[in-house]
Amino acid sequence: MPSLKALRMRINSVKSTQKITSAMKMVAASKLRRAQQQAEAARPYAIRMGRILNTLAASVAESPNAPAMLAGTGKDQVHLLIVVTADRGLAGAFNSSIGRAARTRARTLEAQGKTVKILAVGRKGRDYLRRELASRIVGDISYAGKRRIDYGDAEGLAKRVTAMLDAGEFDVATLIYNRFQSVIAQIVTEQQLIPAPPVKDAAGNDETTALPEFEPDEETILARLLPQALAVQTYTALLESAAGEHGARMTAMDNATRNAGDMIKRLTLNYNRARQANITRELIEIISGAEAL
Amino acid sequence: MPINLEIVSPEKLLLSRDVDMVVIPASEGDMGVLEGHSPMTVMLRGGVVSLYEGERVTESLFVAGGFAEVTPERCTVLAGEAMPINELDREEAEKRLRDAEEAHAQVDADNLIEEELALERIHSARSMLEALDGLLTGH
Repeated sequence: MPSLKALRMRINSVKSTQKITSAMKMVAASKLRRAQQQAEAARPYAIRMGRILNTLAASVAESPNAPAMLAGTGKDQVHLLIVVTADRGLAGAFNSSIGRAARTRARTLEAQGKTVKILAVGRKGRDYLRRELASRIVGDISYAGKRRIDYGDAEGLAKRVTAMLDAGEFDVATLIYNRFQSVIAQIVTEQQLIPAPPVKDAAGNDETTALPEFEPDEETILARLLPQALAVQTYTALLESAAGEHGARMTAMDNATRNAGDMIKRLTLNYNRARQANITRELIEIISGAEAL
Repeated sequence: MPINLEIVSPEKLLLSRDVDMVVIPASEGDMGVLEGHSPMTVMLRGGVVSLYEGERVTESLFVAGGFAEVTPERCTVLAGEAMPINELDREEAEKRLRDAEEAHAQVDADNLIEEELALERIHSARSMLEALDGLLTGH
């Protein structure tokens, strides 16, 4: 049985932990709201960009010299995995589930005799993958210390990927990130960026059937639009991941706060029992001492 | 007969409303878009998007390049960056022009794409300054 003093100290330490976790939960909740708003605001551009890209892709699909970003390099030997995680931990399984997915993917690809390269976005993912896939990591990016991710960050990342493609450093690029579904569910998503996946044409969409004119020609627009589209996709993924991170942290901290509460209850019970036992023992000692006289 | 105009930047939807005509700075010259325009996808250079209601310009925005999608019913401008003309800042514009010229000086002359991008940045910055001058002369 621990001493009264030890129990008191335990209780106090758990109480301060609980204060920290509940504050973190509140911070995560407000950050989540902001991240969701940002993701919401970015959606219109992404949708319209997708629409333009669809019509363009439809009109150059048959062309033999479609750019590599759209049609791929014609091989699928070298795979680039862009792994998006958070820069901070204490968010439940948020980072490790991405890490696990990336590792599984890398192992599968390597079993098929492919070469894997990893671009780690976020500090946690880099640290996780470094443990066993260190030789595959070709670069890492961290947004630690930034209050919010802006479009420029995504553009920078997209530029880096484009430069790698131009240098022939990979054939297929896949983005692995957590898609925000709800506060308790973040879905690990693998999205192929390059070559752009075949366009899903919604049936009954008359708009795409009438091909518009292009000014200047398709190829020029496409050459400019594709990097932009890549940046938009990355931006969307980064925002989803940020929202997911805060959601995951909120849930994790909520659980932690509840667990701390349970623990305090249990410790307080023990403490009171020990206190009463002490009193009873002292009484017995006094009474039996008095009787002995 | 109005046409629905939307201006979006990657970070948000900036404007969405019905106008009578809109003039967009297409890469090969300014282009007026009225309702019933044939479908087009155009690239934009840096310049001013003007919204017409009746015969008057009711609003002007500076866009720093981007794309526009025109259909008979609507005109969607995907701008890299867009801001109302009266919020433009001369210092900022001049700084951009300097930066763009510096960047252009460093570009490897053999790299045609880079060269073109750098030139476009210069043009975009210049048109930002021109937009400011237009504002001063009450144009």
